[in-house]
Amino acid sequence: MAPPAIHVSNLRKSYGRQLAVDDISLDVEPGEIFGLVGPNGAGKTTTMECVEGLRVPDRGTITVLGLDPVRDVYALQERIGVQLQQAQLQKRIKVWEAVHLWASLYRKQPRGADQLLDQLGLAEKRDAWFMTLSGGQKQRLFIALALINDPELVFLDELTTGLDPQARRAIWELVRDIRARGRTVFLTTHLMEEAERLCDRVAIVERGRVVDIGAPAALIDRHCPERSVVLLTEDENAAAALERIPHLASLDRKGSRYTLHGIGDGFVSDVIGCLSEQRIRVSDFRTVLPTLEDVFLKLTGHSIRD
Amino acid sequence: MRGLWRLTWLEIKIYLREPLGAIGSLIPVIVFVLVAKLMPKDALAARSPTLPPTGLLGPGTVPVLISLLIAISAVLSLVTIISIYREGGILKRLRATPLRPATILTAHVLTKLLLTAVTIVLLLLAGKRYFVFGPGVPVYSFALALLLSVFSILSLGFVIASIVPTARFAQPIGALVLYPMIGFSGLFVPISAYPPLLGALARVMPFTYVVSLLLGIWRGEGWAAHGGDILALVITFVIGLVISSKVFRWE
Repeated sequence: MAPPAIHVSNLRKSYGRQLAVDDISLDVEPGEIFGLVGPNGAGKTTTMECVEGLRVPDRGTITVLGLDPVRDVYALQERIGVQLQQAQLQKRIKVWEAVHLWASLYRKQPRGADQLLDQLGLAEKRDAWFMTLSGGQKQRLFIALALINDPELVFLDELTTGLDPQARRAIWELVRDIRARGRTVFLTTHLMEEAERLCDRVAIVERGRVVDIGAPAALIDRHCPERSVVLLTEDENAAAALERIPHLASLDRKGSRYTLHGIGDGFVSDVIGCLSEQRIRVSDFRTVLPTLEDVFLKLTGHSIRD
Repeated sequence: MRGLWRLTWLEIKIYLREPLGAIGSLIPVIVFVLVAKLMPKDALAARSPTLPPTGLLGPGTVPVLISLLIAISAVLSLVTIISIYREGGILKRLRATPLRPATILTAHVLTKLLLTAVTIVLLLLAGKRYFVFGPGVPVYSFALALLLSVFSILSLGFVIASIVPTARFAQPIGALVLYPMIGFSGLFVPISAYPPLLGALARVMPFTYVVSLLLGIWRGEGWAAHGGDILALVITFVIGLVISSKVFRWE
């Protein structure tokens, strides 16, 4: 097996008396999209900036592409691409000037700057000042700058914060493209939906510690095995029949609307089997699957938005 | 220093795109021409029997004062830009590239030096065009001395830029530190006439050596007579560089 692209063990970092990262350990495998997920202030950005070599950890070991990010920072920066949270450029720098400046900084033969602008939908903005770009355009420019040296490993910190859903989806596609080119992506997000749809694996971070690591689906199975089914029926015998379903945890009825909670993947099949055997006619049927958001709630005892 | 020239060139272009960028650099030239027109003809001479040897109307006082104001405005502009770049995360973003930190900061110093040089050249041309310089003024030596002075004052600017908390305070704090230094620099009253305590204070202020060098060169003294001033300015530069490299904040 290839060595991990990023190896972090027992990372600790504080700013003065404020502890930002308590104890974080994780491995990011080559070719995957790995997400650090957690609320604002959980220590995601500090962790990422230690891995990028922008901050010096108080304790712990970090290896990135086989390099020490503090000692070998310049060698590392040749091989990685970085998008920082809430970064800005000079207000009156033009898009093409920024891209060409960045392209000139790397030893490696960079990807064609103009081709990259094309691919990111910025071709017609190449002469625009940075300050005139929309939020989505700025983020796409930052992605272009992060990709200009064709990096083996790309860091994306809160990439889609503040963007509308449409721009967000467009950016997700760009991130999937990076993976499709065989590159590794390490990102942070406080958006559970983003983590679930985009990441191959996530580390849930809370108060500077990793609560759990795994594929989103695996984390959901592990921590939230409940399945819920909501159905509408006028059948008077429905309640009695539904109560006999194995692994049923609870059944709520409001008029003709039934909400069933159960455990395990077989639960939904059992509900369907029961409806068909008893010939119960339903006018609506939907399953509600737990999300990463539910996992977070379960693991930390509070919602990520608190 | 890879990327230095491209970054410097970009910073110059960006500065000129600012609403007050190019015009701001021309204001001292215009002020100079207007003031010079109002002064007695001898006021901008190197030596003159009608001028008192020192003091506000002594030879060289006005051009040195204007030069100091140009140098300070360059330094304040540097301090402001660095703090705006820091606050906006631009410095941090640049640092997350193979650019060396020294390259980023050198580009800003070069930008300011170049723009100051252009202003000085324009001043000299305007001075010649309007015949405001009196006889015997070594304008090119003076310009060189001025650039050396700006270079060392810029290193003070870096110390200020390193420690100002936010961009909003950059300009006022810089002004508060720099402008009063003109008052104790020996420009208006010779240092030898200061009370002892003030004299000692003046001797550790870099502006004192700037004024001594600029006044001397204006009055036609040789470089050799000002070796001590040049040394003091180089030392100021080194100290400023060392301090700011220790305390500079990137974010």
